Amino acid sequence: MISARLTVNDEEREIAFWPSDTLLFVLRERLGLTGAKPGCLNGDCGACTVNVNGTAMKSCLMLAVEGMNQTIRTIEGLKDSPIQHAFIEHFAFQCGYCTPGFIMNINSLLKKHPNADDSTIKEFLSSNICRCTGYQEIEKAVKSLLKINREDKAGLPNDE
Amino acid sequence: MLPYDFDYYLPKTVEEGVRLFQQLEREGKIPVYYSGGTEIITLGRLNLVETNAVIDIKAIGECKEFTIKDQQLIVGSALSLTAVEEKNVFPLLSKAASGVADHTARNKITVGGNICGQIFYREAVLPFLLTDSHVVIAGKNGLRQTPIHQLFKRNLKLQKGEFLVQLHTDRRFLRMPYVCVKRRQQWDTGYPLITVAVLKKEDETRIAISGLCPFPFRAFEMEKSIQQVGPLGDRIQEALRHVPQPVLDDVEGSSGYRVFVLEQMLQDLLRELEGNHP
Repeated sequence: MISARLTVNDEEREIAFWPSDTLLFVLRERLGLTGAKPGCLNGDCGACTVNVNGTAMKSCLMLAVEGMNQTIRTIEGLKDSPIQHAFIEHFAFQCGYCTPGFIMNINSLLKKHPNADDSTIKEFLSSNICRCTGYQEIEKAVKSLLKINREDKAGLPNDE
Repeated sequence: MLPYDFDYYLPKTVEEGVRLFQQLEREGKIPVYYSGGTEIITLGRLNLVETNAVIDIKAIGECKEFTIKDQQLIVGSALSLTAVEEKNVFPLLSKAASGVADHTARNKITVGGNICGQIFYREAVLPFLLTDSHVVIAGKNGLRQTPIHQLFKRNLKLQKGEFLVQLHTDRRFLRMPYVCVKRRQQWDTGYPLITVAVLKKEDETRIAISGLCPFPFRAFEMEKSIQQVGPLGDRIQEALRHVPQPVLDDVEGSSGYRVFVLEQMLQDLLRELEGNHP
């Protein structure tokens, strides 16, 4: 077991874990951050998506040890953000299990492509699976934020 | 969480990485090189990868290089597929890379990891096969540069302790006309069936295919048939006689269906590249 420092949601945390532990496992079991969800554990569903240096990453496909010296943000690190409001306003979830993954992916999308076109939105959203079939509402939520972004790009944490 | 533990190493230089591999082997360990690591993690979870020492090559400068030097595009093996896509210096590579997995997964999957992986598809190798690129390999005798066709025979044939550092592509290929299409059985996000990449080098039509067989390949024999004079349909029928074996036959598509899809794709892609043919 190793002891390493991870920066998660603007906090530096000294944690002991095995080098073979995935970031998802360490976030949930060592740090108690259960927002990133275990789904397929195979990199397919996107429920475990977090941001690493502002880039969307499936935390089941990343070792925690790879997160050293990186800036990690989970859904718990987005408090009262425009993305979360947009999801509520547009009913962009049903059971909610996939929602943190979608939100973290979209958080990265908004930072990298504040005026994303339809194909870019589709490209990003195809990384996440919602089995309640709420894609249209999610797309509406994203687009509502793009509109807001054109007027005011503030409100998103800067992790790059 | 993986069902077994391993030690993790993050060498800063090529030499350190190679030395670590040899040292760990001498100590009786089973080292593996780790780039994006997605396959090691997913197959490891199923106990299909055996290792107790992981050597992560992402901190090695040469493996992250992306530049044009001496008329060659240099692509580091540890660059993520999305990093390469976004740079878009080599549009055919961007297009082929964008067909791998999904966008978030491609933030982690690397060029070298895809090429050296165990999965059938490995679409990232197709542009390098079409452009007669060279691979730079690190091993106990230092770095060696070799034409990709000498080393890539269904898989990249690396010696024990070697790893892929870079791919070098003559920049004249970067702007040549190409088409690259990925067909899936269902919708835009279903599991992949076949990817065909075609590059036009003056009068020469080059073809590379993934997903037809359990390995990606440059279709040299099929290219000769396509180069013949005659109606496109006849040339494609002749080319199909040279499809390597075995053709994949699985739940995603029977072998007959895959060949049928390939035929249609060749019709469409060659018409697009060669203009209207009878």
